[in-house]
Amino acid sequence: MHEKPKIAFYWCASCGGCEEAVIDLAEEILDVVAAADIVFWPVALDFKRHDVERMPRASILATFLNGAIRTSEQEEMAKLLREKSTYLIAFGSCSHIGGVPGLANFFTRQSILQQVYLDAPTTENPNHVLPETNGRDGNRALSLPNFSEQVRSLDQVVDVDYYLPGCPPLPKIITAAASALLNGQLPEKGSVLAPDQALCTECSRKDSKPDKIAIKQFRRPQEVVIDETQCLLAQGLLCLGPATRAGCEAPCIQGNMPCTGCCGAPGRVRDQGAKALSAIASLIDSRDEAEIDQILATIPDPAGTFYRYSLPASLLHARRGV
Amino acid sequence: MPNLVELTPRNGNASAAVAEPLIVGFFCTWCTYLAADLAGTSRIKYSPNVRVVRVMCSGRIDPQFVLNAFARGADGVLIGGCHPGDCHYQEGNYNCLRRSRLLRRVLLDLGIEEERFRVEWISAAEGDRVRVVIDDMVGKLRKLGPLRMKRDGLPERIAAPELESPLPAGVAVEEVTV
Repeated sequence: MHEKPKIAFYWCASCGGCEEAVIDLAEEILDVVAAADIVFWPVALDFKRHDVERMPRASILATFLNGAIRTSEQEEMAKLLREKSTYLIAFGSCSHIGGVPGLANFFTRQSILQQVYLDAPTTENPNHVLPETNGRDGNRALSLPNFSEQVRSLDQVVDVDYYLPGCPPLPKIITAAASALLNGQLPEKGSVLAPDQALCTECSRKDSKPDKIAIKQFRRPQEVVIDETQCLLAQGLLCLGPATRAGCEAPCIQGNMPCTGCCGAPGRVRDQGAKALSAIASLIDSRDEAEIDQILATIPDPAGTFYRYSLPASLLHARRGV
Repeated sequence: MPNLVELTPRNGNASAAVAEPLIVGFFCTWCTYLAADLAGTSRIKYSPNVRVVRVMCSGRIDPQFVLNAFARGADGVLIGGCHPGDCHYQEGNYNCLRRSRLLRRVLLDLGIEEERFRVEWISAAEGDRVRVVIDDMVGKLRKLGPLRMKRDGLPERIAAPELESPLPAGVAVEEVTV
């Protein structure tokens, strides 16, 4: 009997939303199960690392790996799954470009441990215990994965074949990728499996975008009654659509919230944050330096806003000294 | 012709006594580049620390260029454009101004000091201004010391940055204006 292709799902530094995205396929997950065997999926199936270690090299057709790489365990699993898989697919923003966990690259490892284990108001740690890779509890030797200096995207650790963008990827993008995979119609290696153009091109509000947008004040969604039909940028909302890849069909904007850039940049852009910054700044309606600064002051956290998902994959990867 | 290696001792000899700052300059072809040319023909002496990239307009300077310069080892980036109102393309230097004011804040959050990123309006007639600005910036950067954003210790899989890769042949590009 013809053997079904094998697929695997794994998670690293992520929130679990990408696992949810697989469940969101609803009945279509049954089509995937009908066509392929899921051989490893820690959130749902009881297979362990040693089960993967026993698999022959490249015996898994594709592993969908979500989450960024922060700990030594995640790095080991990424390398193991790379070896066992024909295709390794970065699933979701975190593994694609670093994602929200990548914002930790604005802080040093030391300051993160200090905040989480010692300083946070809700932390009770009278003995000032910090995680150690090799500790002892009485007679027992305990080991924990190492917490590395930086968050990295998957392709900064292992070779990646394809990327599924989004936080999390939408069902439409996942099913299109799954069918391309199972039918052997994958594009060139290294492709992001979504259209290579800016989100504005498929935005439902694109017809309302004026020829020239001129912004005197940036507004946050909670500060303004948003017109549900007009371009959000034209209303002064910081929408990152111009610097973000299409493919999601703008569900956030349909929900009256600006795009935050989770799908990363289109292919010809190297640094999404810089490009978003460039696009947004040129809309400012002033030629006077002091007034420009005043308008820009209505963006409270530009670095965190423009690099919300892409700091590890950006040109500088992290704050200086991290 | 100055010896390029000598100016960047960090590349060759880490123990060199003085680490000379390296500045990447993006000069607009109509004003600041001509001013630098004038400084040269007038035999004005200024610090040889700047590597000048000529661009058609300061409005063409993508913030990615600035970050890429820092990522590849620049200690400072100097942008030179036409004075406000004098842009050959009318609005280019204003766009440069808008972007640079926002970029400045992002750079600060990335740990890059204000003195390392400088925008100056220098007209084609102001050859001596090129000297003043460059000498002043070099002095400030010497005090700050090397930036060291170029991470030799980074994981090997992080590839050298490539900006805009060329379009594959025959691909039509839809221009998206905002």
